[in-house]
Amino acid sequence: MKTVKVYGPGCKRCETTEAMVKDAAAKLGVDVEIEKVTDPKSIAVAGVISTPGISIDGKLVHTGGLPKEDALQKWLQA
Amino acid sequence: MSAETIAAGHRQKNRNRILKWGTGLLVTLVAWGIAYSQLVPFSEWVTSLLPVARDSHTGEAIAFFVYDVPKVLLLLALIVFVTGVLRSWFSPEKTRAILAGNREIIGYPLAALLGVLTPFCSCSSVPLFIGFVSAGIPLGVTFAFLIAGPLVGPVGLGLLFGLVGWQVALIYLVFGFTIATVAGWVMGRMGLERYLQDWVRELNAGPVGDVSDETFDIVDRLQVGVDQVRDIVGKVWIWVVIGIAIGALIHGYVPEAMMLRIMGGDAWWSVPAAVVVGIPMYTNAAGAIPVVEALLGKGAALGTTLAFMMSVIALSLPEMIILKQVLTYRLIAIFVAVVASGILATGFLFNAIL
Repeated sequence: MKTVKVYGPGCKRCETTEAMVKDAAAKLGVDVEIEKVTDPKSIAVAGVISTPGISIDGKLVHTGGLPKEDALQKWLQA
Repeated sequence: MSAETIAAGHRQKNRNRILKWGTGLLVTLVAWGIAYSQLVPFSEWVTSLLPVARDSHTGEAIAFFVYDVPKVLLLLALIVFVTGVLRSWFSPEKTRAILAGNREIIGYPLAALLGVLTPFCSCSSVPLFIGFVSAGIPLGVTFAFLIAGPLVGPVGLGLLFGLVGWQVALIYLVFGFTIATVAGWVMGRMGLERYLQDWVRELNAGPVGDVSDETFDIVDRLQVGVDQVRDIVGKVWIWVVIGIAIGALIHGYVPEAMMLRIMGGDAWWSVPAAVVVGIPMYTNAAGAIPVVEALLGKGAALGTTLAFMMSVIALSLPEMIILKQVLTYRLIAIFVAVVASGILATGFLFNAIL
C-alpha cells in the first residue's frame, strides 16, 4: 500500500492530477491511498511552492503542473 | 540486442520525433501567417454580408469586432506558445533558489525580471508566497516578484505590440517593470513583516523537494507550449470576446468629444478615476487590451489609458482574497496603496509629457 499525497489548493489542475494518479494506479494494479492536501500551510511545510505537487510514501516526486503519464507510472512502481 | 543497438534505436526514434514536431511547427506557422495576412479582407467581407452600412455606428462596431476577434486569438496563441516554451526553462523552485542566494538590492530588479519569466498560476500564489518568505527572501523582493508577474506579462505586452504599436508596448514594459521594482523596494523599506498573518511568520517551510529527475528535451518543451495554448486560450477566449465587444462598442458609438472630456489629458482627475475603476474589474491582459486599443483610437490620453490597464491587470479583488490567507488587511491595504501610487505616477507622467 502506497500513500500518495496530492498538494494543491483545489484548482482544476490539482483535481486532474488526483484523477491521473488514480488512473495510473488502477492501470498498474498498485494499491494506493490518495490524500489531498489543500491547506496552504501544509503545502508549504511539505516544500511545495508550485502546485500541484505529488509525494509518494513521504517522498516528493513532482511539483508544478500536471505530471507526465509515464513518469507517474515510474514513481508508482518504484 | 546489444546495448548499442538499443541506444541507436532510441536516437533514431528521437530524431523522428524532432523531425515530426519540426515539420508540424513549420506548417502551423505558415498557416498562422496566411491567416494573419487575411484579417482585413476577411473582416470587410463579413461586414459586407450584413445588412448594415459600413460607415454607420453599427457597421464600425461590427467591423472592429470581426477584425479583432481572430486577430487577438491568433496573436494570443502565438504569444502563449512562445512564452510556454521559454518558461519551461524556469520554475518557481529555481527562482526561489536564485532569489534566496542574491543580495537584497539586486533582488528587487531580479525578482521583477523572474516574475515575468517564471511560470506560476494565481492559484499557486499562496504556497509560492510562503515558500519564498520562509526561504529568507525579503518580503519586498517577494512582492516585486508577485507584482511583475501579472503586470508585465508577455500576453499583455505582445497584444499591445500587435494591436497598439511597439512604442506603447515598450513604454508599458519599462514602466511596468519599474513599478514592480520600486514598489517592492518601498515595501521592503517599510518593514512589513509584522503584518503577515501570525502563522506565516512562525512557519519554517521544509526544503524544496528534489524533483530534478524530470528531464526535458526540446520536444517536451514544445509540448509544454502546445499544452499552454490549449489550456490558456481555452480559458481566456471568453474574456477576449467580452473585451473586444466592449472595445467595439466604444469604437462604434462613443463620440470623440465625450472621450476627450472624460479620458483626455486635460482632465486631471481621470487618472485616479481610471485606477479606482480598474480595481474591481478583473480580467487578464487579453481582455483588457482590445478596450485599450479602442480607447486610444478615440483620443483617450495615453497616461490615463495605461493607468486603467495597469490597474485592471495588477490590482484585482480575487487576488487580494487569495492573499488574505497570508497577509493581514493592513498589509493588503499597503500593497494596494503602493502599487496604485506607482500606477498614478506613470499615468500623470505620460499625460504631462505627451
